[in-house]
Amino acid sequence: MWAIALKMLTGDRAKYFALVFGIAFATLLMSQQVSIFIGLMTRTASQVLDVREADVWVMDPRVRYVDEVEALPDEALGRVRSVAGVEWAVPFYKGLAILRTPGGLLNQVSLVGVDDETMIGAPRTWLAGDLAVLREPDAIAFDAQGAAFIWPDVEAVDTIGREAEINDNRVIVRGVVDASAPFITFPIAYMRYSQATAITPPTRNKMSFVLVRAGEGQSPRELAQRIEAETGLQALTRIDFAWRSVTYYLTRTGIPVNFGITIALAVIVGAAITAQTFYLFVVENLKQFGALKAIGATNGQIALMVLLQAAVVGAIGYGLGIGVCALFFQISDDVPALEGFVLRWQVLWGTAAVVGVIIMIASLGSLLKVFRVDPAIVFRG
Amino acid sequence: MNVAVQASNIDMEFGANGVRSQVLFGVDLQIEMGKLTMLVGPSGCGKTTLLSILSGTLTPTRGDVDVMGGRITSMKDRQNVEFRRERIGFIFQQYNLLPALTAAENAGAPLVTAGMKLKDAAERARVVLETLGMGPHVNKLPRQLSGGQQQRVAIARAIVHEPALVVCDEPTAALDADTGRQVMALLKDASADPNRAVLVVTHDNRIYHYADRIIAMEDGRIVGDSANNTLPEGIHVH
Ligand SMILES: Nc1ncnc2c1ncn2[C@@H]1O[C@H](COP(=O)(O)OP(=O)(O)OP(=O)(O)O)[C@@H](O)[C@H]1O
Ligand SMILES: [Mg+2]
Repeated sequence: MWAIALKMLTGDRAKYFALVFGIAFATLLMSQQVSIFIGLMTRTASQVLDVREADVWVMDPRVRYVDEVEALPDEALGRVRSVAGVEWAVPFYKGLAILRTPGGLLNQVSLVGVDDETMIGAPRTWLAGDLAVLREPDAIAFDAQGAAFIWPDVEAVDTIGREAEINDNRVIVRGVVDASAPFITFPIAYMRYSQATAITPPTRNKMSFVLVRAGEGQSPRELAQRIEAETGLQALTRIDFAWRSVTYYLTRTGIPVNFGITIALAVIVGAAITAQTFYLFVVENLKQFGALKAIGATNGQIALMVLLQAAVVGAIGYGLGIGVCALFFQISDDVPALEGFVLRWQVLWGTAAVVGVIIMIASLGSLLKVFRVDPAIVFRG
Repeated sequence: MNVAVQASNIDMEFGANGVRSQVLFGVDLQIEMGKLTMLVGPSGCGKTTLLSILSGTLTPTRGDVDVMGGRITSMKDRQNVEFRRERIGFIFQQYNLLPALTAAENAGAPLVTAGMKLKDAAERARVVLETLGMGPHVNKLPRQLSGGQQQRVAIARAIVHEPALVVCDEPTAALDADTGRQVMALLKDASADPNRAVLVVTHDNRIYHYADRIIAMEDGRIVGDSANNTLPEGIHVH
């Protein structure tokens, strides 16, 4: 019976390809849209997640997400350092600045100042230069995308040595780094904390965050709670703060709704295509199933045949769809707008589950039809 | 004389929601082994309906049918299917071959439903096809075969599992006269087996002479029965 089912399925090439294509298309649509959505949402937290050394981020209690900065007074650093269980605590600057190139062009940049001594918070992957160049006076490092954006005339790595001004202070590009793309796509400029606080407009407080490392055996969450209790500041573990940022964008912007609609449409369109084609496939073969029933196939055998056919087209269609999706992200990784977007295994399984359910519904629906088919229909013309 | 099918007092009504129409009225019938029995009558008189009931693919509103001593009208679905699978062979006007299977695979299908591997079933069916003169065509798909060849595949499928009863609904209606005769000759051969009955529904008067017995129907009733290959007395079919 298996062999007959498979031959029936593949015997009609046109219908077979339509089925596989329908499922592949639905799979691609869903997995790709969901991946882009997840990728975009992860970007909102990328600057937090990138600093892997820090277990806890300490900030003003009013801060709701990573792109909203309420600076802390300098003495907060000492207070955090004095909390038991803190291995180290360093200042971290994050703010916006205007960069002026010699040509006179103005660029809004995201300015990151990392601790002068430890360089905690600086990127790990250097495409040109290395961590040490940040110690040079007036040194600045850009993320590759940002560098290419500001100086479109050369490759990112060839911007080394270029000069620019931030708030009338001369800076020289000494390094180009690879950083996770942020949600707000300004170029990211890295420099020493002392330098960043020196060239930005004078305000009472400058320290955006204090980055904390938990001591050996310390739970970051307990440490965060202790810091909050003892300093009155807000302290969140790295993951909590990342989630806080993601959640902020999820709840405070129209992005999830818009994406939700797109994804829902993808699921609906995909489901409709898949269910419809499969249902039609079975219905058009009703007479064949009727003939099989007349010559002695039981409903159980026919059900297994239909389910096998569903499973086969489902698996092939899903494989193709996921494959194309993976290929898409592989190729598009060079496109800044899609950089770092990947097909996650959760999406892989999630899409498989949705496709499975769709096919299940389609085959159960058509099975009812097959069960009801009277073998006597084969006597009719 | 061995009785293959015994039907008594068959009524059949179709329709639902109060709109019912009766198409068979108290049909009594006995069909014997080793014979080719024809069921003839004008279009719409209920031949196909009766054939479906006798072969267990349709349940009558009233009445009982025994095939080889098994009461198919009171069998459960599952039992009914298994009975059909083992004891009955089917030939349809429209052949109803599976387009994706070769001639041998199609002919072997009843063995597959009974649990045999498709490959083995096709092998067995090949032998039957050869006796039907289909030797050179066993690996062709139905669409590569002529109507007469397709009907031969259907005959092979109907007898490959050596059933006791073979039912045929207008087996020659889609064929030209010559091919129709060849097909009938093969069915006639199949009916020569003393352990088999062949029942052919037709209104093709060119093939009546293949019959051992002709039963005439009109408006849902049996109106004549001859014990030879001529129409029962007083019956005219055009
Ligand atoms: N499933 C059904 N539902 C309702 N009416 C039916 C059904 N099947 C058959 N009939 C009716 O029963 C009557 C007999 O039909 P049947 O097909 O048995 O005739 P027939 O003698 O085989 O005719 P033909 O020679 O044209 O094939 C017809 O009036 C037909 O419309
Ligand atoms: Mg008929």
